[in-house]
Amino acid sequence: MNDALLTVDDLRVHFPLRRATPFAPKRTVKAVDGVTFAVPKGRTFGIVGESGSGKTTTALAVMRLTEITAGTVRLGDEPLSALEGEALRHARRRVQMIFQDPYSSLNPRMRAGSIVEEPLELMGIGAEAERRERARELFAQVGLRPDQLQLFPHQFSGGQRQRIGIARALATKPELVVCDEPVSALDVAIQAQILNLLVNLQREYGLAYLFISHDLGVVQYLCDEVAVMYLGRIVEQAPREALFEDPLHPYTWALLSAVPRVGRRRRDGAARLRLEGDPPSPINPPPGCRFSTRCPYAEARCKAEEPVLREVKPGHRIACHLVRDDGSAPLRPANL
Amino acid sequence: MSAKDEPLLEVEGLKVEFDTWDGRVRVLDGVDFALAPGETLGIVGESGCGKSMTALAIMGLVPKPAGHVTGGAIRYRGEDLVKASGARMRSLRGNRVAMIFQEPMTSLNPVFTVGDQIAEAARLHLGLSSHEASVRAVEMLRAVHIPEAERRVVEYPHQFSGGMRQRVMIAMALACEPEVLIADEPTTALDVTVQAQIFDLLEELRATKGTAIVLITHDMGAIAEMADRVVVMYAGRKVEEGPVDSILGQPAHPYTQGLLACRPNLQLGRAAARPQLREIPGVVPPLHLLGKGCAFADRCPRAMPRCSEAVPPTRRVGDAHAAACWLLEEAVTA
Repeated sequence: MNDALLTVDDLRVHFPLRRATPFAPKRTVKAVDGVTFAVPKGRTFGIVGESGSGKTTTALAVMRLTEITAGTVRLGDEPLSALEGEALRHARRRVQMIFQDPYSSLNPRMRAGSIVEEPLELMGIGAEAERRERARELFAQVGLRPDQLQLFPHQFSGGQRQRIGIARALATKPELVVCDEPVSALDVAIQAQILNLLVNLQREYGLAYLFISHDLGVVQYLCDEVAVMYLGRIVEQAPREALFEDPLHPYTWALLSAVPRVGRRRRDGAARLRLEGDPPSPINPPPGCRFSTRCPYAEARCKAEEPVLREVKPGHRIACHLVRDDGSAPLRPANL
Repeated sequence: MSAKDEPLLEVEGLKVEFDTWDGRVRVLDGVDFALAPGETLGIVGESGCGKSMTALAIMGLVPKPAGHVTGGAIRYRGEDLVKASGARMRSLRGNRVAMIFQEPMTSLNPVFTVGDQIAEAARLHLGLSSHEASVRAVEMLRAVHIPEAERRVVEYPHQFSGGMRQRVMIAMALACEPEVLIADEPTTALDVTVQAQIFDLLEELRATKGTAIVLITHDMGAIAEMADRVVVMYAGRKVEEGPVDSILGQPAHPYTQGLLACRPNLQLGRAAARPQLREIPGVVPPLHLLGKGCAFADRCPRAMPRCSEAVPPTRRVGDAHAAACWLLEEAVTA
């Protein structure tokens, strides 16, 4: 992909664990273990998965907010993963982040206006008056009133606080905004307000989003391309239409099948792919396919040999032994 | 009247008030509903609508001294729980009427094994010996599908994952085979796949033991899958009630319509168009600032002058389906 804005290549983020005794074997959490994807300009790339799948760690690594063990992250021509010091600071104006929790991600002692101005101040962009004007402008763009610039975070509702977080992220005119579960802490009725705002801002400013979420409905609504992560690896990646129309990986089926949907009654014993148990620990991922311990279709080969992520249809990549090379998944249940 | 027709639990005109810095605030204002044996009733609404307070009132757990039940009745098999003594409530709570909470970690005691916590209810209410009670605890863990129950019964809450903790909570709640189980957002903190397991479990209990379930949630998808009937609450009042199919199919109240339209629902198969989501503007108003009209009027896309003048009466709109909205009155008079 030539118009890629963000290119992530074989990203690995490993965390060493403290040993109980100096003689105990070394243990490592492989939170992200070989992830490759690209986000084109002005598009939305979604990452979904359960907790512990490594989706948030991937986002943090892209932001350089956690140490990268191996692999590269590039933003346009800039090798984001190799930058340090002043060069990294300078590059950061091009990538900004919106956090999950609008309560803890705003400084309670700062006025909303100063919170939005702060990135500009830190980056040394504009004179004070210009920064003030920019904050006013950003407030209008995210649907807040100018008289609210003087208020403190606790004087806003959750949805409004998330708007402040968005205004702050947009202050430096970034090209990529990393959104880590931006609506999951908000009330249902407020989620729509924020999602609509994100869509409108993207349309207006040509923003690219890296959108981390566990909510498949939201991901389907917002994303152009989606990667499904399981225990630190991408197991399936496809354009939005393909993923929801023709999902290939049993784990994707299980995720889709688990979402409560209008028009399907549990009581009627609706066909449903059930997963037993919780995801295994990323400290000792099972051998072979990482999903094989929970996969209802796993064969002997799945437990022995780890499947590689391969492209079976244009843009549709899958890591599963059971999917044929022509992109057909013979085992997929008729109704998910 | 047979036992089947008689409601197990009946909430009538329930009013709960709180003393706050802003004066006395009415948190629940005339909430009514009934629960039949073996039925799942869903209660939906945003935070601050009184869903959890309704549950706490039923359990006799309205926070004291700030909170007071100031009116109405909560009848369990005809007995008014509002008037019941503390001792009587203790004998019912966890026994005939049980509750599971949103956050399984903070609702379990970290210094007791899960077995002790499950056995406690069984010893207290069923009068089992401590040995019998611990056998019961293992049985209950098995019933909620915790693998290796014999081994895990002596473990502490922190040794369990989030989904497993919620199972432990359910096991505790079910130790005495309650007739009513109140589940307050039982899956909010959990992954979708684990949520599906918990819902399967609740449905299995309802089907096999006939436990009536009150499911409190903000997720219309969960309501669609689990509930028989739905109560929609807004700012302490019930604004709509009806069978699940008519609530989802023909919602009468603009708030219900908004709740249904404001979420992007997952759609499988042919990719759906992505229209702009319909927003419910604004937020739930602070309860001490409620005017004399319909509490939803400020946020309602179809509000009329009349809406801010008086609270709309509840009107029947279909079979066992009723809503409180002035639009329905207009439709009648027009």
